[in-house]
Amino acid sequence: MKTPVTAHSVAEPSRWSKTTASFIVATYAIITILPLLWIFLTGFKTPPDSIAYPPKILFEPSVEGYVNLFTTRSRQTPEFLASLPPPQTWYERLVRSRNMVIGGPSKVVPRFVNSMVIGFGSTFLAVCFGTAAAYAFSRFRVPLADDLLFFILSTRMMPPIAVAIPIYLMFRHLGLTDTKLGMILLYTAVNVSLAVWLLKGFMDEIPREYEEAAMVDGYTRLQAFFKVVLPQATTGIAATAIFCLIFAWNEYAFAVLLTSGDAQTMPPFIPFIIGEGGQDWPAVAAATTLFFIPILCFTILLRRHLLRGITFGAVRK
Amino acid sequence: MSDRAIAWLFITPSVLLLLAINIFPLLWSIQLSFTNYRANRPNAVIRYVGLDNYRDLLTDPEVWHAMQATAHFVLWSIALELVLGFGLALLINRRFRGHSFWTTIILLPMMLSPAVVGNFWTFLLQPQSGLFNSAIALLTGLDPSSFQMIGDVRLAPWSIIMVDTWMWTPYVMLICLAGLRSIPDYIYEAAEVDRASPWRQFWSITLPMVMPFLMLAILFRAIENFKMFDMVNLLTSGGPGSTTEVASITLKREAFEKWRTGYSSALAIILFVTVFGAANIYVKVLNRVKQR
Repeated sequence: MKTPVTAHSVAEPSRWSKTTASFIVATYAIITILPLLWIFLTGFKTPPDSIAYPPKILFEPSVEGYVNLFTTRSRQTPEFLASLPPPQTWYERLVRSRNMVIGGPSKVVPRFVNSMVIGFGSTFLAVCFGTAAAYAFSRFRVPLADDLLFFILSTRMMPPIAVAIPIYLMFRHLGLTDTKLGMILLYTAVNVSLAVWLLKGFMDEIPREYEEAAMVDGYTRLQAFFKVVLPQATTGIAATAIFCLIFAWNEYAFAVLLTSGDAQTMPPFIPFIIGEGGQDWPAVAAATTLFFIPILCFTILLRRHLLRGITFGAVRK
Repeated sequence: MSDRAIAWLFITPSVLLLLAINIFPLLWSIQLSFTNYRANRPNAVIRYVGLDNYRDLLTDPEVWHAMQATAHFVLWSIALELVLGFGLALLINRRFRGHSFWTTIILLPMMLSPAVVGNFWTFLLQPQSGLFNSAIALLTGLDPSSFQMIGDVRLAPWSIIMVDTWMWTPYVMLICLAGLRSIPDYIYEAAEVDRASPWRQFWSITLPMVMPFLMLAILFRAIENFKMFDMVNLLTSGGPGSTTEVASITLKREAFEKWRTGYSSALAIILFVTVFGAANIYVKVLNRVKQR
């Protein structure tokens, strides 16, 4: 009697099952990525092509969406257009071919800058506060530590709109409505809970012996924190910072209720990119693409820590 | 400095910030919920109305409708995400060549801004020019303009579930994958020696060992979807009529369109207590499952 001898572990899946699995997973991945590809392509369509029926898969690429995103335009009569001097630049020529003239730059650049300022500002503060608190929770016996940590987490359970009602009134009293400072403080508060939980996990993984050795060598506790623990925690701090940044970058509910102009970020702005007769889809798609690119890069960078970040450090792998 | 001083020095800023921007507003909301205050009339006299707002809320058919819409959305989206996410995790766990690449692609939707996602799905779901209707038409032979995902009373609740499933299946998948990878190989090897069928192995080993992870995924998704505002606000903004008006949308309408600040604060408190209470009970159950 012959029994088959396998070199690999019995738990190793067979070749056939691997092939089927890869086929199904690849199919799902392609279906799931199609909407994103479609938005990317729509950014390079002309407005009529973008709403053509049936949807156009092959089309002549155009940068009109991007030009429309960055400019404001007005429609003019052919007589008026004929009286103008010839267009100077390629984008003026493009707009002129649609019987329009460029009025000036659109608000997309200031909105993008707002998103960056508010995102980086709140991330910086949340990570500073969070690192300090996480270190204290990780190393010292804090009275009621579990209750405090749970309190910090529970602030994330409130629906944003519920929080927004009193925040709206508070900001009105303090004159913080539609200011970058107000948004930075608000996003810092939301992100601190994530930062504390994530960083506590990272700090717990750094052996205490490192600081203890440093303190035997004459460092004070603070010196040991800055010169020994912080350098060890760099990866964790960077990953946490990226998660905070992504939250602030993507946030919509607070932004739409508490900002209207000066401090408005991209998410409430994008749906209101309007052309003649409703949303200017190529321009919206262009804005969406530019808005998504940083996130795509971050996702690839974060791949190893993703699980930790999305579960508040509950699952570490 | 003593360790004790450092501990307090390090914790205080975070706690102060949360007190100022989370707890103080929450207490203010509780106070407002007993009044008839309207934020668009700051100078009107504020009258205390006791529990009237709560009584009105609990007898308001619109609020009950919103709760039903929320429950429908939360239950179905989680069910679909669990089935798809767990299925994908089982397949990816077979570690075929290139699984890491495909996993990264599958993960992308959940990293995006829900508001921007909701916005571009209105484009994809347009009856004629939308990619979704055309794809369905291609597969089933229906006329692409014969159905409207967003405009139809019957289909709109499913369109928000579909977009949420598209976006958050990877989330469940990632947590399940961590669960599957936490199961040591030797357990399967022992089962193999005992000649347990693959079906038996799944029910007696895989599922029980992944269970705590699945429950964690359910907890996070349930909290998030119960609070859901941004994606739904941009995809259907509660419509058509109020078919997809989930709790957060009702809250926004009461607070920032009808400006019934006192009344909406009461609704906010009810929602918060619901999430908080349910999450607490759930965590207790979860800990019991983990200990087994």
